[in-house]
Order: sequence, then structure tokens, then C-alpha cells
Amino acid sequence: MTTVAEASRSAGASAIEALSRRHRLRLSEALPWVIALACFFAFPGYLALGTHILISILFALSLDLILGYGGIVTLGQAAFFGAGAYTAGILAVHGWTEPLTGLLAAGAVAALLGVVTGLILLRTEGLTLLMLTLVVAEMIREGANKADRWTGGADGLQGISIAPILGLFRFDLYRRTSYFYALAVLFLAWLAVRAIVHSPFGRSLTGIRESITRMHAIGSPVLRRLVTAYAIAAALSGIAGALLAQTEQFVSLEVLSFARSGAVVIMLILGGAGRLYGAFVGVPLYMLAQDQLAEQFPIYWSTGLGLLLIAVALGARGGVLDVWDAALGWLRRSHR
Amino acid sequence: MSEAALETHGLCKSFGALTVASDIDFRLEAGARHALIGPNGAGKTTFVNLVTGALSPSRGRVWLAGEDVTALPQARRVKRGLARTFQINTLFRGLSVLENVALAIGERRGVAGELFRPAGRRSGVVEEAYAALERLGIAEDASRLVRELPYGRQRLVEIAVALGLEPKVLLLDEPAAGVPGTESGIIVETIEGLPAEIAVLIIEHDMDLVFRIARRITVLAQGSVLVEGSPEEIARDPRVREVYLGEREPA
Repeated sequence: MTTVAEASRSAGASAIEALSRRHRLRLSEALPWVIALACFFAFPGYLALGTHILISILFALSLDLILGYGGIVTLGQAAFFGAGAYTAGILAVHGWTEPLTGLLAAGAVAALLGVVTGLILLRTEGLTLLMLTLVVAEMIREGANKADRWTGGADGLQGISIAPILGLFRFDLYRRTSYFYALAVLFLAWLAVRAIVHSPFGRSLTGIRESITRMHAIGSPVLRRLVTAYAIAAALSGIAGALLAQTEQFVSLEVLSFARSGAVVIMLILGGAGRLYGAFVGVPLYMLAQDQLAEQFPIYWSTGLGLLLIAVALGARGGVLDVWDAALGWLRRSHR
Repeated sequence: MSEAALETHGLCKSFGALTVASDIDFRLEAGARHALIGPNGAGKTTFVNLVTGALSPSRGRVWLAGEDVTALPQARRVKRGLARTFQINTLFRGLSVLENVALAIGERRGVAGELFRPAGRRSGVVEEAYAALERLGIAEDASRLVRELPYGRQRLVEIAVALGLEPKVLLLDEPAAGVPGTESGIIVETIEGLPAEIAVLIIEHDMDLVFRIARRITVLAQGSVLVEGSPEEIARDPRVREVYLGEREPA
């Protein structure tokens, strides 16, 4: 009798442990950062592409918060990316060249846009919501096109100059500063997102993804949670956009495009949504494949990318990380 | 008479020309064991949805512990002690049993919106969730994902999640639905073991279960209350036999 009680007590302790330990850092989580640093030294000629990848990882990471964790499928995330890019760009053109405050301003504008649109959009669900995110993003893109006195319209926003970061690090031709700047911002954002997904708030987002009906029934203020998550994701997307504007010193309407909204969803799902590291896997995979295919097959490269995506959609619904997990599990079992 | 735990006055709901609830006056006493029965399509689940706020009534009012909550959204009614289970399991299928209950407890304690504290640390929420599972005898499944559990087990998790809210009023929407006969005994025992101070309303098709648990029964037919009384009165009532018990004698 005592052994049964003891066994169940230790099972309970381990169940409680499992939940209370989930947020602890594991060694493998250092891997993306080690790789990013190694790439800096190994491929000094590719730092422009590297910077783009880091920025897109940040963009996809912000999307993971609402798509992967909150279960909101959106095709309009570029609205926030673009809002951030134009905010940072316009500030710089008008003489506000300090980069860090530019980033913060971009994040704030995007977050505000997230709250305002989220309060309206997030009352809907499913396909309606999907279409509305698309419509809002297209409206903002058209707005930016028409407001060419501010945005430069179809010609793009030119004449951006950015002061050295902290007054010390000047943006150089080899993109060394850009790369480290993007890496540092991504790292801070990752710390924040990681804390959020392991917080009670983050777990309740997962609850909304798993069953919104049940969340209502346990008394959760679902709309408030969703709008908060939407605004945080918007802020991070805005910061990603601002990074692009500052490092490229140019903003075109492409930052608000449907193609950008769609690609970020694809990249996140390719890596694995709702797992925090999907962005870190999916984005480099997609962008490097795109880069290589475009070089090898200048005309037919998108076909190759399409085949890759079909393979993932058919064979690995949970993305590359899911396949990785399955392979690890299989190895462990066969070693026993 | 003391204040009712839950009360409705003239509750109506129509979708266009279709009336699914008409003039429902209902009273659930504190600590009651009350059953709501009626043939398919009588409006039982509609009634639950009106009471919880999942649907808003076309007319009529809902009171919780003497307070008019008709205008309150679902979440605010839950905060005032109204919890429900679902006829079809509505759980966080991809999360562990423990976390399903922990999410409910976190909401009740008002800590579920915190942004920068690891969910598992220092809150006591997880420990309380585990203790709740122990009381229902499903602690051994704490770490398992809900979707891996047999359906009958999931029915118990439904009840555990609702109890995590420390309700004063508990609405059980067909708690034994979809549970094989051999396992429904556990459900009955669980319901019988609920704390006496919780007012329980059971919506159920299984007459054995109803007559075993309920001390008062309301019969709903075509969206309105046909009759209300003690189990004996209901079993004897010719109208009830006509609409509902016709082909089946109560145990």
C-alpha cells in the first residue's frame, strides 16, 4: 500500500517538476547564437544576406507569438513591419538619426497600430479574420503609396542617414555593424519572447489556440489577451522593419507587401510554428534556398522553392523541427 | 425562501422564426442537486448557453446569487462563481491534464495575465491543480496529454477543470455522454462526491444517473418548462411520460 502511495507521490512530483522546469534554459538553446557568431567569421562576404536573415528571423519570431502560440492565422503582418520601417525611415530623413530611439519609436507606432486594428479584427475568427488582416495590410500599403510626400510613394523613401550606434559603431560598407546590430536586437527580442511564452500569459495564449470556447468558459478575458499578444507581436515586427530601414538606409513599398506577409508565414511554418525556434530554422532555410536557387536557376528558382514547400506540407506538417524531434525519438528508441 | 444560487425569469431565445427557449423561469437553490431533462431538441443546451452567457437572450433575465448578470459577458459570470462542463469534451487537447486544470486555476486566482514570470514558479497554481487531480483520482494521468486519454477519462478532466474555478454553481452538460456503461459509475461517484455547498445542475439523458443524483427535476420540452418537481412526482407525471419517459421506465 505504501509503495503505491509513494509511487503516485513521486509521479505527482515529477508532473509538477515538469511544468515548473519548462522555462529553464537548456544548453541547446545557445546553438543559434553560436552559429550566428560563427557565420560572421566564416562568411564575411555574406553579411548583407546574413543581416537580412536575422531581421527576417525577428519578423518570424514575432509572428510565432500570435500564429504559433495564439493560433491566429494572419496574412497582414507586413503592415506592422512596414509601419516600423517607415517610422524609422521618416524619422531619419527628418533629422532623427539616432538608431536606438528610432527602433523604439518604430516599435511604439507598430504596437499602437496593433492595438487599434486588433481591437476590431480579433473579434472575428478563422477565414473572416484572415481576410481582414489581408485587407488592413493592403489598405495601409495603398495609404503609404498615396502619402508620397512622406513615404516617397512608389519611388521609395530615400536619403536616410543613420548616426553611429551609441555614438560608437558606424554603419560600414561590409555590413559588420549591421550584422551585429541585428543580432543584438534579435537576441533581446528572443529573451523577451521566450519569457512571454513561458509566462502564465503565454500559457493562456496556448490555451486560446487549443480551445477558445474553453478559455471563455474558464473566465479568461480572451479578447484582451489576444489584443495584448497582437500588440507585442506588432511591436517586434515594427522593430524588425526599422532594422531593415536603418541598415539598408532605404524603404520601399515592398515592406508592406502581401508577398512579405505571406513569405513570413511560410518561413515560420517551414521551421515549425509554436515552438519558439521555428523562426530560427525556417527563415535561414527558406532564404538560403531562395538565394542559392536564384543563383543556379535565375528563371526557374521559384519552382524549386515551391517543391520544397510542397514536400514540407505533405511530409512534415509540424515543420522541420517536428521531423527533427521524430528522428531524435526514433534514434533514442532504437538505441535502447 | 433564501436567495437562489441561480435564477432565470422569462428567459427567451429565438433565431429568426425559430424559438428555442420561451419564458423559462427557473430557480436553482444553494447546494441543490437539480436535473434538467427533456427530449432531444428541448432546448437544454441552449438554456445552459443562455445562463453562462455564451448566448445572449432575446428577452428575460439571469440572476446569480441575487445579482442580475444578464448584461455580463461569460468571463465575468465565471468570476462570480458560475462554471460549466461541455456535452462534447472541450479541453486543451494538446496540453497535459495537469496544465488543463492549472490554466483554470490561474484564471480564477487572477494570475493568468502575468507576462514576465515563468508559469511554473512560485505560484502554487500547479500544486493546487495536482491536488485537485488527486481528489478526483486522476493524478496518475497528470503528465499525459488530454488527447491521449480515453474519452471517459477526459470527462473527468472536464469536471476537474470546472472545479478548478471553485464554482458556487456548476452546470454539468451531459457529464456521462459518450462514456461506456462500465465507466459511467466513476462519473456518478465523482458527482455524488462534489462538495455539498456547490449548487449543481445536471443536464442528462441517462435516467439512472438523474434519479440517482437529483433531488429535484425540471422537464423541458420544446423550449419551455413542462413541469418541475421531486423525482417521484416527475416519475409519476403522465405528461412527462408522454413526452419523454414513454418508452422507458425510470429505475
